[in-house]
Amino acid sequence: MLRVRVIPCLLLKGDALVKTTRFRSPSYIGDPVNTVRIFNELEVDELAFLDIRASREGRGPDFDLLREITNECFMPLSYGGGVGDLETAERLFAMGFEKVVVNTAAVRDPDLVTRLARRFGSQAVVVSIDVRSTLFRHYRVYSLAGTRKTPHEPQAWALEMERRGAGEILLTSMDREGTWSGFDVELTAAVTAVVDVPVIAHGGCGSLGDLTDAVVRGGASAVAVGSMVVYQGRGKGVLVNFPDRRRLNEAVAGGAST
Amino acid sequence: MITIVDYGMGNLGSIANMLKKIGSASRISRDADEIAAADKLILPGVGAFDAAMRRINESGFREVLDRKALEEKVPVLGICLGMQLLTRSSEEGEIPGLGWIPAETKAFRGRVPAGLKVPHMGWNVVERVQECRITEGLDQFAEPRFYFVHSYFVECDDPEHSTLRTTFGVPFDSGVKRDNVFGVQFHPEKSHKFGMALLGDFAAL
Repeated sequence: MLRVRVIPCLLLKGDALVKTTRFRSPSYIGDPVNTVRIFNELEVDELAFLDIRASREGRGPDFDLLREITNECFMPLSYGGGVGDLETAERLFAMGFEKVVVNTAAVRDPDLVTRLARRFGSQAVVVSIDVRSTLFRHYRVYSLAGTRKTPHEPQAWALEMERRGAGEILLTSMDREGTWSGFDVELTAAVTAVVDVPVIAHGGCGSLGDLTDAVVRGGASAVAVGSMVVYQGRGKGVLVNFPDRRRLNEAVAGGAST
Repeated sequence: MITIVDYGMGNLGSIANMLKKIGSASRISRDADEIAAADKLILPGVGAFDAAMRRINESGFREVLDRKALEEKVPVLGICLGMQLLTRSSEEGEIPGLGWIPAETKAFRGRVPAGLKVPHMGWNVVERVQECRITEGLDQFAEPRFYFVHSYFVECDDPEHSTLRTTFGVPFDSGVKRDNVFGVQFHPEKSHKFGMALLGDFAAL
């Protein structure tokens, strides 16, 4: 049967891989191409790259860097960051990316999602939704790498994006990101309850048990991981790693052995 | 040389990349003469059935493809949509397929249990149901698995043409073969070591 996907989500800032905490304080992780080679060796199932500066700098993807990355990569790849039109998406697909991830562009022009889905198929379009808790624990969607508050709430926005043609939702908790404190399971469950498309839980994963929670209690179809696959451990140094396949399977099947 | 047929749809670069990684030369072409000179052909495909068949039919190399596959009998490998194109027809479209393998392409929607999200997207295991030279290399793995992304599946008329089976709500043919014509529903070029084993076997034919 189909297994739950565990996707390293790597953040690009310029030509370096970085890791943020709650979307702030980017810390250098390493060279993206080298990191991809390591994930190849570790036989990771899927990778996602997000350029966290593209939209804020008003530019599109760094195609030269991405070409180097795709040349090294023999697994499905998603890219997000400054994808604002069909031409950019087409170039990414031609280069070997499976899916494009849109965030800010979708907030600015929701119809873009429809146009992308119509042209390339919904399964190639992921809408990324960054969410932060406001006062009184209300959730709000943010754009521009978490710097701009939008008027949207995650459930309604996810539903709208699905209606527009999104094939998947990458749901990121800004509050949990980089904290190793576990996914925001309530947020995840709230969104998976209203949409039919797969939801990828993201932000806060610190252990295999967290993966289980996101799937079993949150209803996530897939999980994206950041800190856990680039650091040796919480508060420790950089080490590109991936959990042992058997333990991973147990975790996402609903029963972690740790 | 392996020639990857360029009719404007598919992961051409990724396939060429993986072939290069395993030490196999290949070229991407949309030229009828180059395709006519190929030792082996790969038919990639991502997208919709009719769009693909229309492009192939209007490409100027449709006759060459038929000749290479059916008369010269060079090894041909259809990947993903490329495998579906080998069949007679698809529920996704109205234009006939290449018809090189007696089979139909059908929709998952309406046939899989409610709650199972279509497309079938992600890694899944394959079961070898028949001897086949391009899947021999999978013997070295305990549980060969590949990356799938598709909303339609192939069902062979005759089980004799089915080489690999996978289940997604319903069991379907994830690998097919008829003489020199092979097809795989998954993306070997996105399935790291498993894909390399399969493409390696194809290149060695």
